Amino acid sequence: MEQPKLQTREMLLNVGPAHPAMHGIIRIVAKLDGEQVMDCDVEIGYLHRGFEKMSETVDYNGVIPYTDRLNYVSPLINNMGYCMAVEKALGITVPDRCHYIRVIMSEISRITDHLTCIGAGAMELGAFTVFLYMIKAREFLWELVEMVTGARLTVSYCRVGGVKGDLPEGFEDQCLKALQETRTVLKESDILLTRNRIFVDRMSGTGKISTEDAISYGITGPFLRGCGTAYDVRKDCPYAVYDRLEFDVPVGTRGDNLDRYLVRMEEMHQSMRILEQALRDIPDGPFLAHPETGRAIPAAEMVDQAKMGNIVQIEGARAVVDPTLDGASEEEHPGIAADEKRVFLPPKEDTYGNIEGLMNHFKLVMYGHGVRPPKGEVYFPVEGANGELGFYVVSDGTNTPYRVRVRPPCFAIMSALPKLIIGDMMADVTPTFGSINMIGGELDR
Amino acid sequence: MNAESLIQAVKDRFPQAAFASHAYRGDATVVVRRESLLELARALKQDPGFQMNFLMDLTAVDFSAFGTKPAPAFFASSGVAVRPSTSIPDKDPWPGPPASGRFVVVYHFFSLALKHRLRVEVPVEETDAEVDSLTSLWGGANWLEREVWDMFGIRFRGHPNLKRILMYDEFEGHPLRKDYPVNKRQPLIGPNN
Amino acid sequence: MTSRLDEAIGWARKFSIFQYPFVTACCGMEYMATACSHYDVDRFGAGLPRFSPRQADVLFVVGTISHKLAPVLLRIYEQMAEPKWVVSFGVCTCTGGFYDNYATVMGIDTILPVDVYIPGCPPRPEYVLDGLLKLQAKIKNQHETGERSAPEPRPEFSV
Repeated sequence: MEQPKLQTREMLLNVGPAHPAMHGIIRIVAKLDGEQVMDCDVEIGYLHRGFEKMSETVDYNGVIPYTDRLNYVSPLINNMGYCMAVEKALGITVPDRCHYIRVIMSEISRITDHLTCIGAGAMELGAFTVFLYMIKAREFLWELVEMVTGARLTVSYCRVGGVKGDLPEGFEDQCLKALQETRTVLKESDILLTRNRIFVDRMSGTGKISTEDAISYGITGPFLRGCGTAYDVRKDCPYAVYDRLEFDVPVGTRGDNLDRYLVRMEEMHQSMRILEQALRDIPDGPFLAHPETGRAIPAAEMVDQAKMGNIVQIEGARAVVDPTLDGASEEEHPGIAADEKRVFLPPKEDTYGNIEGLMNHFKLVMYGHGVRPPKGEVYFPVEGANGELGFYVVSDGTNTPYRVRVRPPCFAIMSALPKLIIGDMMADVTPTFGSINMIGGELDR
Repeated sequence: MNAESLIQAVKDRFPQAAFASHAYRGDATVVVRRESLLELARALKQDPGFQMNFLMDLTAVDFSAFGTKPAPAFFASSGVAVRPSTSIPDKDPWPGPPASGRFVVVYHFFSLALKHRLRVEVPVEETDAEVDSLTSLWGGANWLEREVWDMFGIRFRGHPNLKRILMYDEFEGHPLRKDYPVNKRQPLIGPNN
Repeated sequence: MTSRLDEAIGWARKFSIFQYPFVTACCGMEYMATACSHYDVDRFGAGLPRFSPRQADVLFVVGTISHKLAPVLLRIYEQMAEPKWVVSFGVCTCTGGFYDNYATVMGIDTILPVDVYIPGCPPRPEYVLDGLLKLQAKIKNQHETGERSAPEPRPEFSV
């Protein structure tokens, strides 16, 4: 008897905008033949919040909160990239201590980004314990960030020409404790995942991309390093003080998901190495301990005295400000800010104590005034957690930017998603998508 | 190669096409005519002297409102740097926005082997906003050009799939143009507030 | 007798919340932090997210909603079965946040009725737990009184 020929058809599966994967809003319309993906169409833009248009309506320092929300798992790297681009447009650099502070905060952000990526990726494959451990380590690091900047996630810490405030007392001990906790967590996760049969089987061989394809799509960062090319903006086009710090750039060989996971795990160890070196090498030590010169008077009283003209009486006194404004007093000011009166706010003692400081402060915050880079265009790349994060700033000489463009690293990776998943099975889309570390705020801006 | 020698090499190779250049703040930039863009890009990618294997970024700027915003007159010198740093070059001044053409399409190239960067700018008129597509040379140009089409309305000749990427299809207008007001909403559902 | 039964059912309902976390943006990170071991939300009975709207009863809208995504959100809300509640997590969902532009929905209460608003950018986990407690009080009252307190209508104002 003849076997009737089985008719097969390709199925269109819509992995819709709302889906269980933890990595953000995306729509993949996949054409399946059984379980294998034959073709796919990727639709993004569900989190488009108009970053570039909004940054044309506020002034240069006002763009910084918008940059926080770009790659929201590593906000300090975005802040730093934007501020360094505007500083390049202005033609100024910040003191070494400020560079070290920015590097320290950037590396902490990079560790939290990789923890979130690997944790969420592992959870999607069923390893829920690893997710809980990594978020626990992330909490220690967020407490550290909160100690310095005041906020856990959306920090707005860097300013054009410096940072908001200096590192507080006890930062070094807390930082080393947090690093120790992170190392413990990484060791436990390594034991749970790296030689785990299920994890390795699902991750190795899936989501492969060749180096030529990766470079053609403009992919950088851990993705490209997993394919074998050692391109790291910190090493190849160094900025801040990265050329003085010693660290290695881990490189994979096969370009599949497992290599990217191993590269990210090793990068976290390298970031911790950078942190320890920076804490040791920072000029004037991690905490700028100033001797108690002059009496401390509350800021409001200082203002009252100055209004009445008693400048001589309050000379040399220290203003005690609200904790949210702390860290920018006179002793710390040269360490955290470029020596530019027209770009960075004066120390609080000058603002409250004499009329020149007050006028300086007003000229920087009044509507229509503020930081005004000369007319021109600059491009400044930094190493984001996903790859090269570049800021292209066009200035027209007024106090609002004319055009701010973010070169998003995961946009390039997502445009290569069809190449990554075509040929693999439907179940392989989950680990591939997890290892891309797609952050919606950066992809759609 | 440093910025000046890179610009000189591009100008030697394409004397008619590259009609302006500058190295403001150390960023090598050449302004080319749009007819020679594809040829220039191919040379940048394949020539062993350039080896620009990365197309880092592709974007556009709308210069129609440049210089129209008034700066406060009597505080003209506020906000500018007094003590410029020596590590950021300042010899080459910025020539300003292009003389003709409302839009400028900006390409950023990077060479991994030779570690140099080049910015290529192509001025485009408003009435004939069309440029050659680079999708035949770099795969990443596909989505980047779709975004420029979505946000600015500049077409790319030879692009396989030029449709909106960040906004929805029913959206009318191109948001990043200077004449699109920032809070003009076109909701699909819900009130228009 | 009936009131004790009502109380018991109200108590059971409020401590078994199956949430549908509609996570889009940065608030998702704080949602993850609240759900994990440091600020455990499981001790309030809300620790089991259901990723299907048919099986969930609370819709947590976490993160900015753009106009492109709004029809999808409405469809998911309509697919949920009664009784259902909506929690607006983060200031982008409450009023639109500082994204006053062409792409963002200025508050999801323009398209859905919202029960609890949790402002913050992003809200600290303590605020999230506070919002959760308010939601639990609302769930308990709803069963006892039989009526659902109507979400306040949004005042009309022109921008």
